[in-house]
Amino acid sequence: MNTSQGESRTSISVTVRVWRQDRGAKKGRFVEYDAVDIPIQASFLEMLDILNETLVEEGIDPIAFESDCREGICGTCGLVVDGLPHGPEQCTTCQLQMRNFEDGAKITIEPFSTGAFPVIKDLVVDRKSLDSVIQSGGYITVHSGPKPEPNSIPIEHEVMEDALDASACIGCGACVAACPNGSAMLFTSAKVNHLALLPQGQPERKTRVRKMVDTMDEEGFGSCRNYGECQASCPKGISIKYIGRMNADYIRATVFDTEKRGEMHAT
Amino acid sequence: MIQFESKIPDGPLEDKWENHLEHVRLVGPRNRPSYDIIVVGTGLAGASAASSLAAQGYRVHVFIYHDTPRRAHSIAAQGGINACKNYREDGDSVYRLFYDTQKGGDFRAREANVYRLAQTSTSIIDQCVAQGVPFAREYGGMLANRSFGGVLVERTFYCRGQTGQQLLLGAYQALEKEIEMGRVILYNRSEMLDLVKIDGRARGIIYRDMVNGEIRSIAGEAVVLATGGYGAAYFNSTNAINSNGTAIWRAHRRGAAFANPSFVQIHPTCIPVSGDYQSKLTLMSESLRNDGRVWVPRDKNETRAAEDIPDSERYYYLEERYPTFGNLVPRDVASRAAKVVCDEGYGIGQTGYSVYLDFRDAINQQGADKIGEKYGNLFDMYEEITGESPYQQPFRIYPAVHYCMGGLWVDYNLETTIPGLYAVGEANFSDHGANRLGASSLMQCLADGYFILPQTIGDGLQPMFRDKVDISHPEFAKTEAEVRDRIQRVMSIQGDSTPLSIHKRLGKQLWNECGMSRNESGLRGAIAEIDRLSEEFWTNVSIPGDADDVNPTLERAMRVADFLEIGSLMCRDALTRDESCGCHFREEHQSEDGEVIRNDEDFSHVAAWEWQDEDTEQVRHREQLVYEAVQPATRSYK
Repeated sequence: MNTSQGESRTSISVTVRVWRQDRGAKKGRFVEYDAVDIPIQASFLEMLDILNETLVEEGIDPIAFESDCREGICGTCGLVVDGLPHGPEQCTTCQLQMRNFEDGAKITIEPFSTGAFPVIKDLVVDRKSLDSVIQSGGYITVHSGPKPEPNSIPIEHEVMEDALDASACIGCGACVAACPNGSAMLFTSAKVNHLALLPQGQPERKTRVRKMVDTMDEEGFGSCRNYGECQASCPKGISIKYIGRMNADYIRATVFDTEKRGEMHAT
Repeated sequence: MIQFESKIPDGPLEDKWENHLEHVRLVGPRNRPSYDIIVVGTGLAGASAASSLAAQGYRVHVFIYHDTPRRAHSIAAQGGINACKNYREDGDSVYRLFYDTQKGGDFRAREANVYRLAQTSTSIIDQCVAQGVPFAREYGGMLANRSFGGVLVERTFYCRGQTGQQLLLGAYQALEKEIEMGRVILYNRSEMLDLVKIDGRARGIIYRDMVNGEIRSIAGEAVVLATGGYGAAYFNSTNAINSNGTAIWRAHRRGAAFANPSFVQIHPTCIPVSGDYQSKLTLMSESLRNDGRVWVPRDKNETRAAEDIPDSERYYYLEERYPTFGNLVPRDVASRAAKVVCDEGYGIGQTGYSVYLDFRDAINQQGADKIGEKYGNLFDMYEEITGESPYQQPFRIYPAVHYCMGGLWVDYNLETTIPGLYAVGEANFSDHGANRLGASSLMQCLADGYFILPQTIGDGLQPMFRDKVDISHPEFAKTEAEVRDRIQRVMSIQGDSTPLSIHKRLGKQLWNECGMSRNESGLRGAIAEIDRLSEEFWTNVSIPGDADDVNPTLERAMRVADFLEIGSLMCRDALTRDESCGCHFREEHQSEDGEVIRNDEDFSHVAAWEWQDEDTEQVRHREQLVYEAVQPATRSYK
């Protein structure tokens, strides 16, 4: 891999093999385009911008893909680049840099498509199933209004850092796209752990984990088989330790909760 | 003609808000479900307002062009949120936060609004902690603070360098809960393209379904715009790719006054521009100026690497020029200083338009681990983009367009000049005057959304009971037809210029002539050039694909059409404000050492522009700013 230190190239040319699928179509196809003389400091998405601009100039419908902040934090962008969600680096697609590709490379670009993420058009997918998981319990119920003084409940520094590691999730869905089973366990466990680590999250802790796990199943996400691909593809480096902890919480909320025994989740 | 009634309550400054709440009209809990409120945008202001209103019992319809509410650009705010908790016992108070904000804004903001903002700030932290926002804690378990520009206290609360993300997730989760409860109805991938007015009142919006291109209407008793700023008019900015001014501009064209459009913040610490292909500029948080030192080499022909240049040959220009505030001067001051040293030829890098932000001393004093804990994700982000590690060599930074202090004019209730239309967060103009202090936008968004609008909106809604309209009213069909015609007109031009190329040229005009430094002839030239670009757009734009499909080129074209009009108004506002203040630096009005010279006698007012029609220029009105608690002074950070 090249980095900008000692970078002598000023531009790069690549061939992209892009998945194109019309809106409402069941099938799509790969189409090849040449992206020629791309400035070496351009990002991967800027390469696609330049390519799209030439397509627009030629009157061709440009490649539909999504992005927004382009700072790696909003979670909008998400492309499978050469078979890997967000590509070969551990970052979001928008933070991929062209200087990390070889001149003349042939790059395959596909959508984040799995059972729970249907394609809308080309590289744009529908990820509302992730919102459904949050809707079912990924919050602490409070109204806007006067609240207790926050320093009246001290929270250990290390516990807060742990909560922040979990809540760093950007909801991009790379974990789902990377998983051979299309499981959303890493996504769900990140939110479950963020809230379970905090004193404010305790009152709803058991109902939260039960409802979120159940919704995850209803939305068509697959089950976890410990492949670990999710962690490897996560641009925010969220650890699969959270999946283990969520499983423990789930068991506590179902098996060991005598009142809830009748609703035990069938695994 | 528009009536500018700011509705500032009577009484001493510190009692105004409470007095107001005692007299504001309310809607009873049993009646709230029969009111439909439309909220556009789900950044911090929109998500907090929508979830709070829904929790009160109103039926809330939320519109976003994103796929999910969590994508809104508040998510990218890095450094922190201000609140005068005075946890450090370092002299902070409501008055101090109020005064710092007024002074930071160069005394061009409304006193009563700013004071209320400072009063509300502490409740925001309480609210967010209760929601589970993981603010940084000290080892004893108490909340941690850091400092931001333009202040001498530590009042900024933070979550590493991702404070906006954590605050937005708190508001987003509250919103998702209300969706689950059925009190919020979410319309995603739906872009507002017009406002519907009936008998002078905002009664709904027209929106485009961005998947199938359908144009639809929705009716309600109030419309809340929380669509952020229009900084993306400059093309290169720290805004998101899709950030745009269309919703507020369409509202302006329907009669909402637009206040201080030329007040745009240029943020001093961004990754410099490297070429024309660049799609956006990346911000490096102001919090870095807590420990980083800004400098350029004293020798204009310096060729050595930064680490080889001894201290004696480094020009720490902020520390030298502003010894009291040093590297933590406000953003407008820091940006202009960077421009000045680069214009003088001291800038570094290939273009000569960047400066160093150096952590060498901080790392030596505190250790790399400690610095990593405070700023780790910012250092990593910089390295990802540039391939250089700030642990080893200084950041290279330059100012970039960041935030709009200007926006829709609102009264004390956050209602615009169109009854029933409200603007919250960056979309309104109210609190930051001519320059916003760091970590204050998150504060304002959440104050507006959690605490102010939910308590003031009832005042305008209460009389609307049993006065509902639905989309069968002819005004909806008429406005829908206008929107369809406009899309049809854009699609049918089929010329040679891409919307992107026109946007880039507009941006260049605004950056050069209506950026960090402005003058009369430059502004006049820019207005003429923007007219020419508009002409080119409406005769020669090219858009492939269909209007009834996913069509990002069409989306951009519609936004660029509005940016052209906004840009023109920005220049006219800058031209008519014949003084310097805050971000608005008119070269004709500067002191010998290059500081701004305000003209309080003639310009201590808000300029509020009223739309006329296609062929007549907007009319400039003024809302006089009355200062009772503070006397505007010459701003000094020396």
